[in-house]
Amino acid sequence: MDFISTHFLSLILFLPALAAVFMLFLPKEEIKLLRWFALGASLIPFLLSVSIWFQFKSSIPGFQFQERYEWYEALGSTVHLGVDGLSLTMVLLTTLLTPLAILASFNITDKVKAYMMLFLFLETGMLGVFMSLDLLVFFVFWEVGLIPMYFLINQWGSANRNYASMKFLIFTMGGSLGLLLAIQLLGVLFETYDLLALTQRWTSLQPDSTLLGMSVSTVKAIAFWAFTIAFAIKVPIWPFHTWLPDAHTEAPTAGSMILAGVLLKLGAYGFLRLILPLYPVEARYFAGALAFLATAAIIFGALASFAQTDFKRLVAYSSVNHMGFVVLGIAAAGLAHGTPDATIALNGAILQMFNHGLSAAGMFFLVGVLYERTHTRNLEEYGGLFTLVPIYGGILIFTSMASLGLPGLNGFISEFLIVRGSWPILTIYTAVSMLGLFFTGAYILKALKKVLHGPLNEHWSHGEHKLTEINTREMLVMAPLILLMLWIGIYPAWILDVINKAVMMLF
Amino acid sequence: MTFPVLSIITFTPLVAALILLLMPVNRKNEARVVALASATFALILSLWVYFNYDQSIAGYQFVEKYEWLPALGISLHFGVDGIGAPLVLLTGVVMFTGVLISWGDDNPHVMAGIQDRPREFFAFLFILAWGVLGVFVSLDLFMLIFFYEIAVFPMYLLIVIWGWSVTREYAAMKLTLYLLIGSVVSLVGALAMYFAQYQNTGVLTFNMLTMESARFSPSFQIIWFLPVFLGFAVLGGIWPLHNWSPDGHVAAPTAVSMFHAGVLMKLGAFAALRVGIMLLPEGAKYWQWLIMAFAAIAVVYGAYIAFVQKDFKYMVGFSSVSHMGLVMLGFSTLNADGLLGSGLQMFSHGAMTALFFAVVGMIYDRAHTRQIPELGGMSKAMPFATVGFIIGGLVSMGMPLFSGFIAEFPIFMGVWQVHWFVAVICSISIVITAAYIMRNIRQVFFGDMPEKFEGHITDITILDKVAITTLCIFMIVIGAYPKFMAPMVQTGVEYIMRLLGGS
Amino acid sequence: MFTSISFASILPEILILIVGMLVLIIEPFWKEEKRRNVGWLTAGGLFAAMLISFLAGQPGAPTSALGGMIRFDWLGFFFKMLFMFAGAATALLMMDHEQLGKRGEAYLLLLASLIGMNLMAVSSDLIMLFLAIETASIPLYALAGFMLGDDKSTEAGFKYLLFGILTTTIMLYGFSLVFGFSGTTDIYQLAEMFRVGAIAPLAAFGILALILVGIGFKVAFVPFHFWAPDVYEGSPTPVAGFLSTASKAAGYAVLLRLFFIAFPEPSLSASWTTTLAIIAAISMIVGNLLALPQTNIKRLLAYSSIAHTGYTLIGVVALTQLGAASVVFYLAAYILTNLLAFGIAMAFSKATGLENIQDYAGMSRRSPWLGLMMLTAFLSLTGMPPFGGFVAKVVVFAAGIQAGYVWLVVLGVITSVIGAYYYLNALKFVYLYRMPNQDEENHPIPLSRPYAIALVALTLGVILIGTIFAPWFNWSDAGALNLF
Repeated sequence: MDFISTHFLSLILFLPALAAVFMLFLPKEEIKLLRWFALGASLIPFLLSVSIWFQFKSSIPGFQFQERYEWYEALGSTVHLGVDGLSLTMVLLTTLLTPLAILASFNITDKVKAYMMLFLFLETGMLGVFMSLDLLVFFVFWEVGLIPMYFLINQWGSANRNYASMKFLIFTMGGSLGLLLAIQLLGVLFETYDLLALTQRWTSLQPDSTLLGMSVSTVKAIAFWAFTIAFAIKVPIWPFHTWLPDAHTEAPTAGSMILAGVLLKLGAYGFLRLILPLYPVEARYFAGALAFLATAAIIFGALASFAQTDFKRLVAYSSVNHMGFVVLGIAAAGLAHGTPDATIALNGAILQMFNHGLSAAGMFFLVGVLYERTHTRNLEEYGGLFTLVPIYGGILIFTSMASLGLPGLNGFISEFLIVRGSWPILTIYTAVSMLGLFFTGAYILKALKKVLHGPLNEHWSHGEHKLTEINTREMLVMAPLILLMLWIGIYPAWILDVINKAVMMLF
Repeated sequence: MTFPVLSIITFTPLVAALILLLMPVNRKNEARVVALASATFALILSLWVYFNYDQSIAGYQFVEKYEWLPALGISLHFGVDGIGAPLVLLTGVVMFTGVLISWGDDNPHVMAGIQDRPREFFAFLFILAWGVLGVFVSLDLFMLIFFYEIAVFPMYLLIVIWGWSVTREYAAMKLTLYLLIGSVVSLVGALAMYFAQYQNTGVLTFNMLTMESARFSPSFQIIWFLPVFLGFAVLGGIWPLHNWSPDGHVAAPTAVSMFHAGVLMKLGAFAALRVGIMLLPEGAKYWQWLIMAFAAIAVVYGAYIAFVQKDFKYMVGFSSVSHMGLVMLGFSTLNADGLLGSGLQMFSHGAMTALFFAVVGMIYDRAHTRQIPELGGMSKAMPFATVGFIIGGLVSMGMPLFSGFIAEFPIFMGVWQVHWFVAVICSISIVITAAYIMRNIRQVFFGDMPEKFEGHITDITILDKVAITTLCIFMIVIGAYPKFMAPMVQTGVEYIMRLLGGS
Repeated sequence: MFTSISFASILPEILILIVGMLVLIIEPFWKEEKRRNVGWLTAGGLFAAMLISFLAGQPGAPTSALGGMIRFDWLGFFFKMLFMFAGAATALLMMDHEQLGKRGEAYLLLLASLIGMNLMAVSSDLIMLFLAIETASIPLYALAGFMLGDDKSTEAGFKYLLFGILTTTIMLYGFSLVFGFSGTTDIYQLAEMFRVGAIAPLAAFGILALILVGIGFKVAFVPFHFWAPDVYEGSPTPVAGFLSTASKAAGYAVLLRLFFIAFPEPSLSASWTTTLAIIAAISMIVGNLLALPQTNIKRLLAYSSIAHTGYTLIGVVALTQLGAASVVFYLAAYILTNLLAFGIAMAFSKATGLENIQDYAGMSRRSPWLGLMMLTAFLSLTGMPPFGGFVAKVVVFAAGIQAGYVWLVVLGVITSVIGAYYYLNALKFVYLYRMPNQDEENHPIPLSRPYAIALVALTLGVILIGTIFAPWFNWSDAGALNLF
């Protein structure tokens, strides 16, 4: 037990990857074995992260459960792991969503072994980003998550998968190119990649000194934008979002769940973990631009979503809309660093990340459930399905409401906090963004109407096309999500407490 | 007298080649067994050298010295440093896998491996390996060039006899002439250094350790650096002298392509570093901008040309130009980070590109075409090769956790310290590389399999799988655990940095 | 006056003479079909002569012998060994030649020529030198035109004769001018005369030019190379091989001794080294470029030998000890290599009657061993390790660079790459192309015993010089030391 208690993070991080390597030696015909093995392997990290959630002492500043291993000494890089309130929330989200996604993909029959292995590798990649306190290792995991996702879309996606997966890859790699260069720049300047040491030295640079023949402010501005663009593509912020609808639409259901649930958070996490601490001055300086982009994302995301006839695309654009709020909160925090308003906005942003993870994963899963039965995603071909599948309908309405921000459910809490925090800081942008909330309501209701209500499309009511009700496995996937949505909506304190303290200490 | 491991490694291929040549002509299988046995022996010895290299002492180790021609100061002087040891290992690995890949397959649909005169094939291949190993371990300039030239001529025969019948004559001649020009130009430079150091120190010797402290005058170094460096760098595929390389790769039989791109191009880079930069540091500093410009162009241009190729093997060939450009880029930084990256990239690229050519060869043997648009769906027929190629592709893209990243990252760090603009420009190649690698993986391995291939494409043999696994292991181990190689290369780099700083 | 030194100094020649007499005596006793055994006798005798000379006749400190006619030193001795080895190999190669093999006089002519060459290498007096040159040349005129029924051979013999007589006459004129101006014919005394300026520079330059014509013919550098391709093509192949190796090396022996000893004065040497440097450059260019379009293997080798003359001249031009050593070493490697090449051409045409490069298609399948030997010979000619040609080229280039002739070396480097093209092209036929019906198994190339022995010995020699080059270089260097 001693080993476990001192190696919590590395266990959580590497267990999925080890399990994936182990799977290599399992027979590929034993589909059931592979599925259950993968599920089991992803449940252990979840249990461990629940366990550290309770052990975590939110009142202590700094990172907890730190571990440090030699990695690339020549460059001064170590595998330095640690979590604070911010990353712990994300770790919990990831370890929660991965088993659900694996459970959701029990209907995959093609190349199960490779699929499950990729999923487990993906989990390691995502967790690594949240846990690493070393910039180089951060980047390593940042990129590692990319390849499994590419193959998940490319191999198990739907018709247009080649185009979508390539676009996804090129966009994110192009984005991380700037990140890579900026990280190299930092490494060259300070000969270390340790985030804590780096933050201190970087922010305490004399503004009038020169680096590599450029003034400090120029270097910082370049590095700031390199980081920002990389994260902005990942979030995605308008106008860098165009890869997202394609990737989401073509990805397999579980892939979309993870993509929307966790991968998008990587970008937002990058903003919080790296940009705000490393570039406070630039963040303040460019906050206006960021807020503008965020508002644009909210408005255009909602409008675009409203215009879709493809159910999955609609949900995909809703992600742009929701993540816009996260960025708005971040922009506000950047502008008014350290004020109580900024703290509130940040609280909202982080909670929104968590909430969106839950609701987007849920929504994509529900779309997937419907698609699997009907093989269409066209909203026009549904209609009045509530009568056929009432339980499914109920779940869909519930999840949509959480997404829409109905008071009493989780989405409301986070969006309220963001708006409340940003209002005094970025009044106009916030005001415009609130308009976006109306559109949010509009497109979600439109979707519900097209799918569940209105005249029944007789095609689905009988014969071989008869729509079947959501099954137990699928309900099991949804159950934890619904539970959490409700719980946070009613009693957010348990999670906000952790987040808030982290924010207070960080910024 | 310690165990003379380096000379045993170096002369193992020669002995094997002689044994092969003395064998009766029609004993094909026996020839293969002899080849595999000696390649395995060399691999084991090179692993032994690698793991017994004492990093805490650094410098040249396993040194052996036999006077060869005292009158002119020529000696058989062997030793490896932190940069040479990985390359010796790489040669062992590529030799081993190359023999496995060339084993031959009796399946009538598959004309894999070497069916025609395997005895001569392996003999020439091993003579090539002899030269390669000799260069990596030589501490004597004359012997270095001696072995260097030995590595050149078997290429001609290997390509012209066993190569792709369409272009082999043209490609083989082009390759040989390019390399020959390069090597003789370097030879002239080496002789100039030989006499200049005699003037400075009064000792007539080709010993490079002595030459390192010969204190050549700056003007001498500036004049002679370019011929020496570029002459060797031709074999390293430096732009604009890279033209022979893709043609040569395409025309060569699989194992030779592996050797060629995997090891031989390192030979050029290694010699350019060993002789050009280490012996003429002032010249290197003076011409740094030019080498960096060439390398940067090679990186981006190679990647772009690879991107537009339709022929699978040409694509890999040009990607080699791009990646060897990175090695040269690292050299041109003349700082610790860049050189560290280059040292690692030489190994990484060697393993990666050997893997590429192996897989491309396996596909060609079965499909009899290399046109990317005509291929498709290979993952169904040969899943193992697919996984191997994907891993190679990830290395090529510089994906973290694979050796390519570990190597490219320090190179870029080194470039940052010289000029930020070059780093930014060269980074474009990463995206281009990712694009063409992924596109080709999708098309060749996952696209729909053309009907004419249905049922004709068989899986690869167990020997092929062993070869692929061997190469993949090295790439992953280095990527996930850089300590396997980085500290060793670092010791070599520190030595070079002393030469660069001390003059 | 006739001391033991005198005896030792001409021991090899005496031994050759004994071999020749043995040939004369024994030959009539053998029947027609057994006469080919004269070849064994000649070769064996030459080997024995080499061995005896090596054991008993090694020179010590350089001395004059036979009244100042010859110089007894390492340089001459090493050259003699080379010539005798080449002679022995040639004798073996002659054995299975249709017109030469069973004719005792052919072997006798070879031996006579060898005596002349040996004396060329050691002559320290102009009169002696001229006699030696004539002794070496006249039997060769006969050998070149030996095949009476063959028009080409007759043409070759006649051409060689005319050219030879013309150029030697010019050289003789040069010699007599030397005597006229200086009153001495002793090379070593001449040096003194030139040093004190007893001869006007302009006259000296004219003399040098005249002498160079004669030597130029012997070593076949441009512009005195015209005879070479025709003569090599027309004369019996063993003779062509001998002409292109031993005879050429003898010319270099003269060149070295005469020019290094007699004309090293800076005021003089500047002019002749420049001249020779230009000649070397042109020879390398012309030889290599003209070799490119050749289709007949003997003509190819002829032009390539012109190119090799150019490379060798670099060492002469350097006018240093390293330069002289490099010339000797180069010649040693070159003699072995080129004899091997001609030997292979001979073995091949003996079996097939063909001499064109295209006819070599499929040769490595017809006879893998012969293919490997051809590989050795041609790669050595290209200048590739681990064969003799590589080390030879390196030392020659080194000498050039040491003496500051970087441009000449660079030119040599470039032309040797051109050379690589045609040598490799020939190997392509050997290794890549196949016979029209792809039935090489049915067309083996039989090698008779003398061929096998000669070729294997030459192959091993080429590899030996290329790998364990220390003893060869040390001997060359010891010889070179005698010139300073």
